Amino acid sequence: MTFLGHRATTARERRGWRDRRRWWPPALLAVLLLAPFSALPVPGLLSGPLGSPGSLQLLALCLLYGGLATGYDLLLGRTGLLSFGHALYFATGLYVTDLAMLEWRLPFAAAAAVGVGCALLLAVVLGAVGLRVSGIGFSMVTLAFAQAGSILVTRDPGGLTGGEEGRAVPADLLPDGVVGIQNTATLYWIALAYLVLTLAVVHWTVSSPIGRVWAGIRENERRVEVLGLRPYGFKLVAFVVAGGLAGAGGVVYLLLTGGATPQAASSDATLALLVMVILGGSGSRWGPLLGGVLYTWADHRLGDLANSGTVAGLPAVLRVPLSQPLFLLGTLFVAVVLLLPGGLAALPARVRARRSARGPRPAGLGTAPEGSAV
Amino acid sequence: MDTVILLLCTGLGLGALYFLVASGLSLIFGLMDVLNFAHGALLSVGAYAAWWATAQAGMDFYAAVAFGTAVGTLAAVLLELALIRPLYSRPRDQILATVGVGLAVPALLMGVWGADARPFPQPSGLSGTVRVLGAVVPVNRFVLMAAALLVLLALRLFLARTRYGLIVRAGVEDRAMVTALGIDVRRAFTLVFAIGGAAAALGGALAGLYFGSVAPGQGTGLLIFAFVVVVMGGMGSVTGAAVASAGVGLVQQFANYYTAAGLGDLSVVVLLAVLLLVRPGGLTGRLA
Amino acid sequence: MGAPHDPLLTVRGLRVVIDGLHILHGVDLDVAPSGVTALLGRNGAGKTTTVKAVLGLVPRTGGIRLAGEDLTRLPTHLVVRRGIGYVPEDRGVFGGLTVAENLRLAERDAEPAYPLVHEIFPELKRRERQVAGTLSGGQQQMVAIARTLLNANRLIIADEPTKGLAPRIVTEVADALERVASRVPVLLVEQNLALVRRTAATCAVLADGHTVHQGATAELLADEEAARRLLGVGSSRRPSPGPSPGAAPAPPTGTEVNR
Repeated sequence: MTFLGHRATTARERRGWRDRRRWWPPALLAVLLLAPFSALPVPGLLSGPLGSPGSLQLLALCLLYGGLATGYDLLLGRTGLLSFGHALYFATGLYVTDLAMLEWRLPFAAAAAVGVGCALLLAVVLGAVGLRVSGIGFSMVTLAFAQAGSILVTRDPGGLTGGEEGRAVPADLLPDGVVGIQNTATLYWIALAYLVLTLAVVHWTVSSPIGRVWAGIRENERRVEVLGLRPYGFKLVAFVVAGGLAGAGGVVYLLLTGGATPQAASSDATLALLVMVILGGSGSRWGPLLGGVLYTWADHRLGDLANSGTVAGLPAVLRVPLSQPLFLLGTLFVAVVLLLPGGLAALPARVRARRSARGPRPAGLGTAPEGSAV
Repeated sequence: MDTVILLLCTGLGLGALYFLVASGLSLIFGLMDVLNFAHGALLSVGAYAAWWATAQAGMDFYAAVAFGTAVGTLAAVLLELALIRPLYSRPRDQILATVGVGLAVPALLMGVWGADARPFPQPSGLSGTVRVLGAVVPVNRFVLMAAALLVLLALRLFLARTRYGLIVRAGVEDRAMVTALGIDVRRAFTLVFAIGGAAAALGGALAGLYFGSVAPGQGTGLLIFAFVVVVMGGMGSVTGAAVASAGVGLVQQFANYYTAAGLGDLSVVVLLAVLLLVRPGGLTGRLA
Repeated sequence: MGAPHDPLLTVRGLRVVIDGLHILHGVDLDVAPSGVTALLGRNGAGKTTTVKAVLGLVPRTGGIRLAGEDLTRLPTHLVVRRGIGYVPEDRGVFGGLTVAENLRLAERDAEPAYPLVHEIFPELKRRERQVAGTLSGGQQQMVAIARTLLNANRLIIADEPTKGLAPRIVTEVADALERVASRVPVLLVEQNLALVRRTAATCAVLADGHTVHQGATAELLADEEAARRLLGVGSSRRPSPGPSPGAAPAPPTGTEVNR
């Protein structure tokens, strides 16, 4: 599979690239931490100045999805598991936390612990079952489970989930510091903290011995078996860690948006994560983050831009696609899959490789066998 | 009794719709190992093309259905040639590419014709109801069943009697061996995409009749149930898909009516997971 | 002894990399323009991969020429259309199709040589309508070989055609192979050294993904020490008949990729 092979060949290259640029992650983090204090206007990109509540809200969502995509890539890019049901664990964290406050009157922290705990538990149970099949079968099992969750949430069993409307979070049970528009900065920092946590967990697990087994499973599961290891357990760990991270993301989402809605559980939510990861660059450290931020920004801002005067004046051929962020993102996604394996994160390395090689790329594997059984 | 008859007809009508989507999906997966997430989009393309032809361009219903089917077929062939073919050596990317198309096409339809459902003009001959054993059943249920039966018959004839049918049946078993006999199996790939696109687009055009309207997300909403049908019927098996379609449609209708609403959908989806787990071979099951 | 004429098929520096694993690194092979050329080696040496690489069933680099024409860049179906018949290791018979359908699928020529097929394998004529999945292993092997006889091939590649067959059937298949080889040159991958000794004038031996020996079969098998070193068996002793396909033991060295 060249899909995986490509990544293997550029891994060393990328590591060298990373070493030279080590200074930028802390610098970026510092900038992000200080962003709420800035009144820098960012025309076009954001609707108001950088530190305004509206901008911070969008930035917080961007960071949250950057983290969610990074967590999802633990499955796709690090372990090679294509899950179509990641939204289920996100929605579990979201809904259970909300419902624990609404129905049991638990304080927020306890409710959040219950929410994340439930997401973990569900990931353990469904992962243990779903990972019994591999390949596309696993993808479809996860899709089925997530779809079942989505139907359940939409149908509003016992009036619990609130159906299509969802249920708003009870503000009286939330800590004072996170309620109200004047506290948007706090929410923003929470989202940033979630992102840092996810990056740390992913980085730490991937560079642990388990992470090396994950890499082996991604490249060639059979070879891992030959080494006498059972991939099942390792895959389950990845699935549970990713599920727990998604559940925590659901809690942050609840704080950010003030409620739980069934869109969070839909299969479109998982597909959105998939698009983010592939756009940014699956299997790379910063790619999913980049994709998550870009996707979320485009999803929220392109719509506004399309309604603005500049775009409204354009002919329909340009205006219609621009007014549909999903069309643009879907098309971009296909283009990346087709033309840019490795996503946007691999772009600098590709450009440099092309510049330094000044010729055809390193000899490929010869003619690919069309129709070879996989 | 009336209710049972009505549910039976509605369930079979829905099953017919599932079959139109699932038969192509099943052949494509069976032959190419590509789970086509864009198949719902193909249905939507067919639905909107038919709607456009009858509501905007003023064609009569049958011409519009033919037009919708043709447009869907063309879209499927384009999809195969432009996106699937360059990715033959990257199976996972093939699936991802279809996911992207499955997102982009409904969004485009939404951008052009709006997010709201558009009423589908009902031809006078097919808009009424008939009495079946005392039950009042909309005629369009039977139109769908007839269309599905015709497609089933045509597919079976194609598979059993033509050289390409033979190639498809063999390819479902062992694609590499087909090429090792000197056959360019890629032509069969394009062909099954064309067939699958045609069936899905026909389903889309007729879904306009069944639901009374077309909406951008219609196809994607049906896709998950088509997946259930494909897994249940065995990948690559057209007859299996037909039986499973009827089963899924009926279970859904009856369960939704006699138990809590939504339980039918839920049970079908859970059935998918159970089937995959109990019989992982459901995904590799061969042509029956 | 060496081939008196130019080889029909020449393979030079054939390399195969799958999922980052170097399966073949430098296979050289000449197939004589007549008779049987054997491809030998222990389990996992890369024999099957070599055959698949020649056919383009796995990605490959290197030089593959059939009567001078470069095949390296051709996709499988075009390689085969240059006149190569292939009997794969697992027979590659389509179990869901009837015998007649299996044969019809293999037709390439305007006038497929059914009379020849039915002369060599009269049983297939009788079983025309039987579903191939219900045939015995030997009968399936007949279908696989018959497919290569339908067309006027220039070369037939047979990958362990006697594997997993009962001794009596092995003899039948071997007889059929000899008849085939009298008409078309054959590249034969085989573990059964008795069969190799009987049919193949020249041979090549692979070990760990590259060619370690090429020459006359009789000379190789006469040299007890060389045979043991290269093939892992004494030449005087027949290797145990191949285990049943379902219970193949793990290869001792390397990895044989059976895709």
